Amino acid sequence: MQYTLGQTQLDTIEEILQSDVMDLGVTCVVLIDMSGNIIAHLDTGEIHHDIYSLAALAAGNFGAVSAMAKIIGEEEFSLLFHKGTKENIHFSKVMDDFLLVTIFGKAVSLGFLRMKVAEAIGKIQNILQD
Amino acid sequence: MAFVNMKKKEIQVKIVYYGPGRGGKTTNLEYIYGRFNERIKTEMVTIKTHGDRTLFFDFLPFDIGKIKGYDVRIQLYTVPGQVKYNATRRLVLRGVDGIVFVADSMAIRKEKNILSLKNLEENLTAYKKSIHQMPVVLQYNKRDLAEQGIPLLSYETLEETLNSKLKAAAFPASAISGKNVVTTMKKIIALTMASLEKQLS
Repeated sequence: MQYTLGQTQLDTIEEILQSDVMDLGVTCVVLIDMSGNIIAHLDTGEIHHDIYSLAALAAGNFGAVSAMAKIIGEEEFSLLFHKGTKENIHFSKVMDDFLLVTIFGKAVSLGFLRMKVAEAIGKIQNILQD
Repeated sequence: MAFVNMKKKEIQVKIVYYGPGRGGKTTNLEYIYGRFNERIKTEMVTIKTHGDRTLFFDFLPFDIGKIKGYDVRIQLYTVPGQVKYNATRRLVLRGVDGIVFVADSMAIRKEKNILSLKNLEENLTAYKKSIHQMPVVLQYNKRDLAEQGIPLLSYETLEETLNSKLKAAAFPASAISGKNVVTTMKKIIALTMASLEKQLS
């Protein structure tokens, strides 16, 4: 897979992630590709997670989960979510080659987050397809 | 393919250490991590089984400074060498920019090296890549075992069995003592950056 994103596209992606996802009150949102590269990253500025390692692991994890789905005869799992005591993490596929990873605390409801993430993904797809 | 972020002026490059199980891929990364500890700001990530074998991959990111105004971030990965973990190996190879093939110099591992190299070729084909058209460096590891009287394959034999068609740069090394570990890494970074420059221009 080869792709190039210009500054305008990256700016627009960040704007979408800010208004649709960050403004919900999430801690951090990262758009990565399936190779584990970071395309866009936004956070509240209060956390210092190692997002490069997170991206590598998220891409690997997503690949592993997709392979598990195929073994049991599913095309893919629609909800990928890990719940912690303080922070939770949600993964959502963007087309075939990208993944949106959102980290959020107790203040954000999963249902609402999923809805807003789906909206954001719809907009991001339009940019990535261009 | 490497990701170039025009906005942040950053390039993310993926280099994968490939090779047969127990060949020293993780040891290479551990040595690099230990040696450049001060420059590597993050922890090395490893996913191991209880028997201390790599289950998924090891991951070590670090910055090598600026090239043509871009911050270059190198991401080193290893794959699990054991034959049964091929699905995971293929996952890790996704988007690879450069490969270090860590061969085991022990005479009894001759076949395993050949099979692993063949497996690498097959897995690259799945991503429509050819081993002959991408940056590759060979490392003949465990040269130090000769001192303990363990039979090793000679450098010439290794060249003949693994490198006769590839004709890649090859280094005899000892990952455990660090001999030629950094040389191998520098070589693959140089080759990968040159290849990226060509692709991007």
